[in-house]
Amino acid sequence: MEWRVGTVPWNGRRPVFPLPMALLEIREVTRRFGALAAVDRVSLAIEAGEFFTLLGPSGCGKTTLLRMIAGFDEPDEGALFLDGKPLAGIAPEKRPVHTVFQSYALFPHMTVSGNIAFPLEMAKRSRQEISERVRETLALVHLEDRGEAYPHELSGGQKQRVALARGLVNRPRLLLLDEPLGALDAKLRQEMQVELINLQRDVGVTFVFVTHAQQEALALSHRIAVMNKGRVEQLDTPDRLYTAPANRFVADFVGRINLIEAEVVSGPHGHPGLRAAALGELAAELGPGVKAGERGMLALRPELVRVTEHLEALELRNRFAGRVKELLYVGEVTHYKVQLEAGFVIEALLPNAAPGRARLFKAGDAVAVGWRHDAGVFLRG
Amino acid sequence: MDERGAAREASHAGWTRWIVAGPPTAFLLAFFLVPALIVVAASFREPGEFGGLVPLAGGLGAALSLEAYRFLFGDLVYAQIFAASFAVAAATTFICIVMAYPLAWLIARSPRKRRDLLVLLVILPFASNFLVRIYAWIMLLGPVNLLYTPFAVIAGMVYVHLPFMVLPLYTNLEKHDPALLEAAQDLGASAWTRFWRVTFPLSLPGIFSGSALVFIPVLGMFAVPELLGGTGDILIGNLIKEQFLDNRDWPLGSALSIGLTIAVLAFAGLAALGARRGLKGTEAVS
Repeated sequence: MEWRVGTVPWNGRRPVFPLPMALLEIREVTRRFGALAAVDRVSLAIEAGEFFTLLGPSGCGKTTLLRMIAGFDEPDEGALFLDGKPLAGIAPEKRPVHTVFQSYALFPHMTVSGNIAFPLEMAKRSRQEISERVRETLALVHLEDRGEAYPHELSGGQKQRVALARGLVNRPRLLLLDEPLGALDAKLRQEMQVELINLQRDVGVTFVFVTHAQQEALALSHRIAVMNKGRVEQLDTPDRLYTAPANRFVADFVGRINLIEAEVVSGPHGHPGLRAAALGELAAELGPGVKAGERGMLALRPELVRVTEHLEALELRNRFAGRVKELLYVGEVTHYKVQLEAGFVIEALLPNAAPGRARLFKAGDAVAVGWRHDAGVFLRG
Repeated sequence: MDERGAAREASHAGWTRWIVAGPPTAFLLAFFLVPALIVVAASFREPGEFGGLVPLAGGLGAALSLEAYRFLFGDLVYAQIFAASFAVAAATTFICIVMAYPLAWLIARSPRKRRDLLVLLVILPFASNFLVRIYAWIMLLGPVNLLYTPFAVIAGMVYVHLPFMVLPLYTNLEKHDPALLEAAQDLGASAWTRFWRVTFPLSLPGIFSGSALVFIPVLGMFAVPELLGGTGDILIGNLIKEQFLDNRDWPLGSALSIGLTIAVLAFAGLAALGARRGLKGTEAVS
């Protein structure tokens, strides 16, 4: 889905809203704490029904942005619009936006049902409607038989589900999730990820998810805004973020990657090629408009790097001899760090189940690595 | 750990437990339980002519009697004084809750560094003598013609006991997770609703412990009504004191003491029962 701020033909001025109207529009929002801009001129539009993720390291401004959407904080500059209406000055309790907090923040003195009924009671729903909606929502998160339990009697995963149910039960326009899976162990986390995807699809509520875990963001989201130092570095779909990172920060933050410093040179057939200080000439597919003399780096995912015993076995233009420096066996795959004779250390990732890959290399083994000319992405700067 | 090791560990633990618990237990047995039993025994004796008790050596018939209890239940005035004392204690406790709550809340919400100072200020009155502080109230209330009235008694009681309500409430409120209030606000609760639906129910354990610390001492207090109250403001504490020091009727004093103890225990038991029923889930925060 492409987002453009269009120009309206009748008077040629910038329109008040982007077209078509987004559910939530964040326009040129800045929030400063002292001299530090925690959020720095961020603009983005979130559409109805989206699973949108704000991804970034701690301190990148994602939580500050979330708090401004919820209403716990106000921007110093810029504005937020929900359904086209400005949110400025509207208290958190008046916004049709609910939050699932990192600590869950379940009311310890209320039962699971009491917690889930709370937003409905605040919205002054009828007693009958409340009990029906609570029952439905308990079923939605598979907690039918835990309605009378108190939060301290629940497991971490169950608390998580109650927090989700409480956030969803009154059908907010927007559900904000602040690192909600952070407190769960790895296995449970993965189960909850699948449940979150299903839940979001079933209820159709727009999710704005905040996380520093890039794998989680890739697994869950329709679109991801990668944030760093208060700015949005790239806003894209998960596969675009992974395969075509816009800059060094995104390439490095999302997944593992080899970054090879290189300069653009004129290749043998008039095509521009790359010359890396460490590796010499490299065959690479460069984006449009890249000219000889530009400097930057080739970003190459480890799973695109092939490793074999013999250099000759690699029918690739980019191939180098080296030695396994270290390796990390994690079950389904093994991560290798290969010290190339040219001096560079390259990372490769080999699946352990692929046919012909029966042999695992050991540290110190002489190997050859190579990659297709179109495997990497050239990043300027 | 093997079984013998575990056994050795267990016997070691038992041994340390006695070292730690022994002295206070011995102290409580010698200076609390034994005197309490003496009071019980004294309530079934005959008063001596000049105070004390008729010696048992003169024959059990002359020394033992139920006279004190007959007296206690025979006159409605004692029941009235009990009722008045409960009323004063209840009023004092209620006023303490109303006054201590905002104070404790403000302290709990102030910056961490300032909290200790504020708590110190709350307990600072303890640094001066109790009687001096009560006399100060005589100076304050005398000129405005409020001295020797029920108002003076309650004012004095509240003044003396307020810190005992502030401290447990503060301890409770300080531990509240601010995220709970944010969650309530996020889910649509106004400030007023946030207080009554989240803060207040979670602070009930603090209110209960504060109430116990205020209600029970007020019930037995005799100095405040004696100094600030009028002739009509006599409470159980004064009555007991009078039996021992002025009327020299130790058995009646003892019987009154036992009556007071039973009333307090019954009250505390009911409060604990109510607390357990009303506080489900709040243990998690307090």
